[in-house]
Amino acid sequence: MRIEGRGLIDRSRRLGFRFDGRELEGFAGDTLASALLANGVRLVGRSFKYHRPRGVFTAGSEEPNALVTLGRGAKQVPNVRATVQELFSGLDARSQNRWPSVGFDLLSVNDLFAPFLGAGFYYKTFMWPRAFWERIYEPAIRRAAGLGALSGETNDDAYEKAFAFCDVLVIGAGPAGLAAALAAARAGADVILADEDSRMGGRLLAETEEIDGKPGHLWVDGVLAELAAMKNVRLMARTAVVGAYDGGTYGAVERTGLHLADAPAALPRECFWRIVAKRAVLAAGALERPIAFPMNDRPGVMLAGAVRAYLNRWGVAPGKAVTLFCNNDDAHRTARDLVAAGIEVAGVIDVRADARPGGDFPVYPGARIVGTTGRKALKAIEIQTVNGRKTIATDCLAVSGGFNPTLHLTCHMGGRPEWRDEIAAFVPKPGAVPGLDAAGAAAGRFTTAQAMADGARAGAEAAEATGHAPVALDLPAAEDAPLRVQAYWEVREPGRAWLDLANDVTTKDVRLAAQEAYTSVEHMKRYTTQGMAPDQGKNSNVGALAILADATGRGIPQTGTTTFRPPYTPVSIAALGAGAQGMGFAPRRLTTSHGASVARGAPMIEAGLWYRPSYFPLPGEEGWEEPCRREVLAVREAVGVCDVSTLGKIDIQGPDAGRFLDLVYTNTFSTLPVGRVRYGLMLREDGMVLDDGTTARLGEHHYLMTTTTAAAGQVMRHLDFVHQAHCPDWDVRFISVTEQWAQFAIAGPRSRALLDSLLDAPVDPAAFPFMGCGAVAVMGVPGRLFRISFSGEHAYELAVPSRHGEALFRDLAARAEALGGAPYGMEALNVLRIEKGFITHAEIHGRVTAFDIGLQGMMSTKKDFIGKGASQRPGLSGEAREQLVGLKPVQGDKRLSAGAHLFTPGEEVSAATSQGYVTSVGPSPVAGCWIGLGFLRNGRARLGEMVRFVDHLRGQDFLCEVVGPVFHDPEGGRARG
Amino acid sequence: MRYSGLRVIGEGLFGNKGWRPAWRDPEPKAEYDAVIIGGGGHGLSTAYYLAKNHGLSNIAVLEKGYLGGGNVGRNTTIVRANYFLPGNQEFYSHSLKLWEGLEAELNYNVMHSQRGLINLFHSDGQRDAFARRGNAMINQGDDAILLDREGVRKHLPYLDFDNIRFPIYGGLLHPRGGTARHDAVAWGYARGADRRGVDLIQNCEVTGIDIQNGRVTGVQTTRGAIRAKKVGILVAGRSGQVAAMAGMRLPIESHVLQAFVTEGLKPVIDHVISFGMGHFYISQSDKGGLVFGGDIDFYASYAARGNLPMVEHVMEAGMTLMPMIGKAKVLRSWGGIMDMTPDGSPIIDKTPVEGLFIDCGWNYGGFKAVPASGWCMAHLMATGESHEVARRFRLDRFATGHLLDEEGTGSQHNLH
Amino acid sequence: MRIPCPICGARDRREFYYYGAEDYLDRPGEGADPSAWDDYLHNRANPAGVTRDLWYHDAGCAAWLVVERDTVTHEVLGAELVAGRRAKR
Repeated sequence: MRIEGRGLIDRSRRLGFRFDGRELEGFAGDTLASALLANGVRLVGRSFKYHRPRGVFTAGSEEPNALVTLGRGAKQVPNVRATVQELFSGLDARSQNRWPSVGFDLLSVNDLFAPFLGAGFYYKTFMWPRAFWERIYEPAIRRAAGLGALSGETNDDAYEKAFAFCDVLVIGAGPAGLAAALAAARAGADVILADEDSRMGGRLLAETEEIDGKPGHLWVDGVLAELAAMKNVRLMARTAVVGAYDGGTYGAVERTGLHLADAPAALPRECFWRIVAKRAVLAAGALERPIAFPMNDRPGVMLAGAVRAYLNRWGVAPGKAVTLFCNNDDAHRTARDLVAAGIEVAGVIDVRADARPGGDFPVYPGARIVGTTGRKALKAIEIQTVNGRKTIATDCLAVSGGFNPTLHLTCHMGGRPEWRDEIAAFVPKPGAVPGLDAAGAAAGRFTTAQAMADGARAGAEAAEATGHAPVALDLPAAEDAPLRVQAYWEVREPGRAWLDLANDVTTKDVRLAAQEAYTSVEHMKRYTTQGMAPDQGKNSNVGALAILADATGRGIPQTGTTTFRPPYTPVSIAALGAGAQGMGFAPRRLTTSHGASVARGAPMIEAGLWYRPSYFPLPGEEGWEEPCRREVLAVREAVGVCDVSTLGKIDIQGPDAGRFLDLVYTNTFSTLPVGRVRYGLMLREDGMVLDDGTTARLGEHHYLMTTTTAAAGQVMRHLDFVHQAHCPDWDVRFISVTEQWAQFAIAGPRSRALLDSLLDAPVDPAAFPFMGCGAVAVMGVPGRLFRISFSGEHAYELAVPSRHGEALFRDLAARAEALGGAPYGMEALNVLRIEKGFITHAEIHGRVTAFDIGLQGMMSTKKDFIGKGASQRPGLSGEAREQLVGLKPVQGDKRLSAGAHLFTPGEEVSAATSQGYVTSVGPSPVAGCWIGLGFLRNGRARLGEMVRFVDHLRGQDFLCEVVGPVFHDPEGGRARG
Repeated sequence: MRYSGLRVIGEGLFGNKGWRPAWRDPEPKAEYDAVIIGGGGHGLSTAYYLAKNHGLSNIAVLEKGYLGGGNVGRNTTIVRANYFLPGNQEFYSHSLKLWEGLEAELNYNVMHSQRGLINLFHSDGQRDAFARRGNAMINQGDDAILLDREGVRKHLPYLDFDNIRFPIYGGLLHPRGGTARHDAVAWGYARGADRRGVDLIQNCEVTGIDIQNGRVTGVQTTRGAIRAKKVGILVAGRSGQVAAMAGMRLPIESHVLQAFVTEGLKPVIDHVISFGMGHFYISQSDKGGLVFGGDIDFYASYAARGNLPMVEHVMEAGMTLMPMIGKAKVLRSWGGIMDMTPDGSPIIDKTPVEGLFIDCGWNYGGFKAVPASGWCMAHLMATGESHEVARRFRLDRFATGHLLDEEGTGSQHNLH
Repeated sequence: MRIPCPICGARDRREFYYYGAEDYLDRPGEGADPSAWDDYLHNRANPAGVTRDLWYHDAGCAAWLVVERDTVTHEVLGAELVAGRRAKR
């Protein structure tokens, strides 16, 4: 219920919201959890396994129980922590993991079967009958599993990613963090102060202890005002630093838009930050931990510090008659504050025999809780005192078993924390993350005065380490009372005692794990699932560890801990992957003819990052085969034009250019005359074909290499490596010019006629024999002409500087059409080259050698070249290898498909008998049927044989003739003419 | 002690006090017939099959930490037989058949779920490559179906079909592919081996391998010296370190692979799905978390943790393929040490040292291989001959050029 | 993770392409024994500790670097240009 006169909320701003269909009200500054508690809503969810009623447990992101679904439809967000979600007007939340309602959940019947559903039970059953696992058991388990639900729909919410750089990153803006930020900032360091809460101040927002005689939050406001005015400080509230990575990089999530009722569409919901900090201070405080006792999981059982925070920060009393169970002095503050607010404290049950009376409330020293009642909400507790048993009516039990420094980030790089008996807690191991220093409660220094002093120290040291001389910091007076915690983990009495509230893991489960030999802490965790719920063990790790230690007769340090890994608190995939939805995933590379192609109705298909036209349909043409055939015939009979700009172009210059090419190609280029082009085969150092292409010699010391579109980047990298690693002193330089030149194939019997009509001077056949090259001019624009052919016809490639590409393409296409030809796309390009037996990366797929494609003759015996040594391995040549062949169906109407396998007729079809496979196919006007290229074991010796073409996937099984891979003009006269 | 539903009920009625340890915790003996270095999935399955198939139970598994604490306990749980190269095909096919009988074999519910695996493709060229693979699978006697775009949409309606940067052309469906509960596999084999008399020695790090006249004679450990005439090395990412104890350099480079799980969600993804234009694969566990991963980080590492660039790339791939997972939150990330080979395929072979055997080089695909790897390694150690379905996993294949390069990326360890 | 490119300064790992161990720099000469090629291409020391490996500043100056790193802690100890360290052939 709401308390008057307390809280940092804005009572002038009422906010209406909905929970499970109920209309409720809260105030600006409320979280969903504080508003629910203010409205007396105790039941907010159900546990994972037993579907037991669950209520709000904490006041922070470590919340295990109050996970709700926000929003509807595509905007729906599951597993939102009500303790973190800021209230806004119109917020619509629903409880999860229950049916039909959180008040009446049918699956709570699981609780009746609890003795049979203990740790690991599913490993021991559900195995019979065999078919039942997948048909019945698993689907049932899957439906019962999970907490919230995704909508399954795509939404357009914006998310953002950003980088930030600083000298000192301060993680946490409580007393330690504020002192650290102040110290570092005043020294002149660039400081980022981040806090996951919506409002900075940490525990100072929740305590009534004064700082310098003032309420803590006023001191906070003063510090923040000073920091906000400093140019070298960046304040980032609502920003959780979730991971520590190499090189001082921290991942953080800023909740930029989750707290707004009507956020503008362009405002990102969240921003994922990569913060690179020279130094960092972890001032993340400490998380309170509970004690395990029988039936400790009822709604109304909360952490003592959380009860105090709800009271002081949000003006909410979570109950009317509050009890406490603790092993330390801090919990007594909750009792004191409750009494001061007029709330009845029905008893403080303190396990310590020397527990001091703390105020106007009954204290039971040396006592423990042995049971509770109240299914959907706590009604009473039963305690065992030195004087016997007693029942106390209570609707809110505030528990405190001590504090765990929030040291998770210090373990993200494999470091393990160290146990301290004196505070019964783990503390960070110094230096576990280079450059990260823990301060304050995060380092086990729990009083406010200690936290401030330690924060100031850490901030000053960080500033100094980044080259900024520290200035003295006057710290205010703050409380300094020791915790006086006595290690106490569980009450050993009959009844289940929960450790992991979300996953329903009890102390019995941990003991069972130990009994069954799952004694390492990792085994225990995986076997029981303790620590694997959304709170990732923040509320149960240490308790479970202590039970395991006890069950296996070891101390806590010897039992160890599991690792902590990013993220500290869960992060939405949309934030981590911001920008990648839709077209943002990768860049689009467009050729200069893109617009013209689209205007002609060409479907554009992806070729790596590029887009290329598939075909250019004419009105009335349907599908791809008709335009493809027309375009192929246009090239064979008239002239076709095709944009080939995407092929890699590498400009290579220097006196050693020829020598360099001799090293990277299997064949020789230093002997290539100026003005000539040669086909080159390039191997990887392991002897497999890396790429092929043509390289032109434009001058004495000037070559231009082309690569396939697919391998351009790889070849560039390879050339750079060969040069820098193997011959750095050779006088050769090279650079990619793929984007600098727009290049077009002009192919067909009328190609020269087209060029003669276009170029400033007609093509001189003497200057451009087949495989000739040279400079030309196109309407005054300097260009390059190469007489090379990928189609097998008389053909050229014309290159101009890219800025002229679009105009040139439009002009070429018009001229081709005027000559009875056409522009042609990828489908036709593919058919043309298959008809000529020219290979692409469909054939040179990375496992293919020069021998396989019949080019072993191109491997020079006179010089070294990349790949020569390894290509001589016995496995890379010989009859057992699959060699490039052509395939023609015996029955002319059969359509070949790539991916089919080839078999010897009469042999059974099996993996062991497969003779090879088909790589490229197309409908060939030249052959009058579909043709293909493929690889066949010892193929070159089997020309003329029949093979059985089997494509199970498309239901095809017919005979093909094995032929040479060149179907059209095997002598090559058409290209040479 | 046999596990069953009746047993669960019976023990539950008596406070679960009757459950016996899943395995003993024996002191290591001074000598065994065979010693297995490495108590991960492969080491434990090898021990199991040495006992089960070959009657050798005077053996010990020596595990540096806790059983199954390496990659078997931190993978994305995918089980499939969709390799296409001879040498790999028959091995994974055999493994999948073993998976299909594993619960019954081990009397431990490994929760093998054959929910179907779909490899998506995004171009004609990719489709053709998957067609070759699918046909190879069917030739091997396994199952594959080529789906077109609409076929994929029927199974996976939540993918982005409309606005995606790399449109979905179709997918190769492997109906018998799926997932299994990784810890359960390790524990099931451990318990099974232990029941057959194998000693499972945890917290026992091997610090040296004893060799005399070219023969292995035993190992040195942090818990004493142990003699053995046969020693098997099955330590995955640490293969280089252990092999160095025998003076060997391996064709292995160790790399980190990251993987991720979200908070538990109601069922939304019923298949195992892999994206074709960025390394990304995802499934949903029986506890409800989305389990997914992508590429290795690409730099050699023993840190078992990675960095943000690959984290972000994996998340980006997820967002482009199935934007609906955007509202799910990553709960935990982890990393393992992958033993990468120059062709991406494993090694199950003798070594130049007599009596010393090695099973390694699983890259990041070792989980599905756990049953067959153990089966074949046990066969090799017991008989001295490679098992038929593993005979191409030779250590010398890189020297001879008889490579098994599924990716086609060549002799660069991190490209597989 | 940041790589200290001698030309560009400390740049994020995203800008680089990793090849493998520095073994790739010692290319066997022509006519070398097949075992030399096997070692060169395949076999690696693969240390858990300090290693020297090859990175390409792909999104930067296109320099190949030898980077000294610790494979256990990911600490980057230094980097030098590949081209700078090779003697004349």
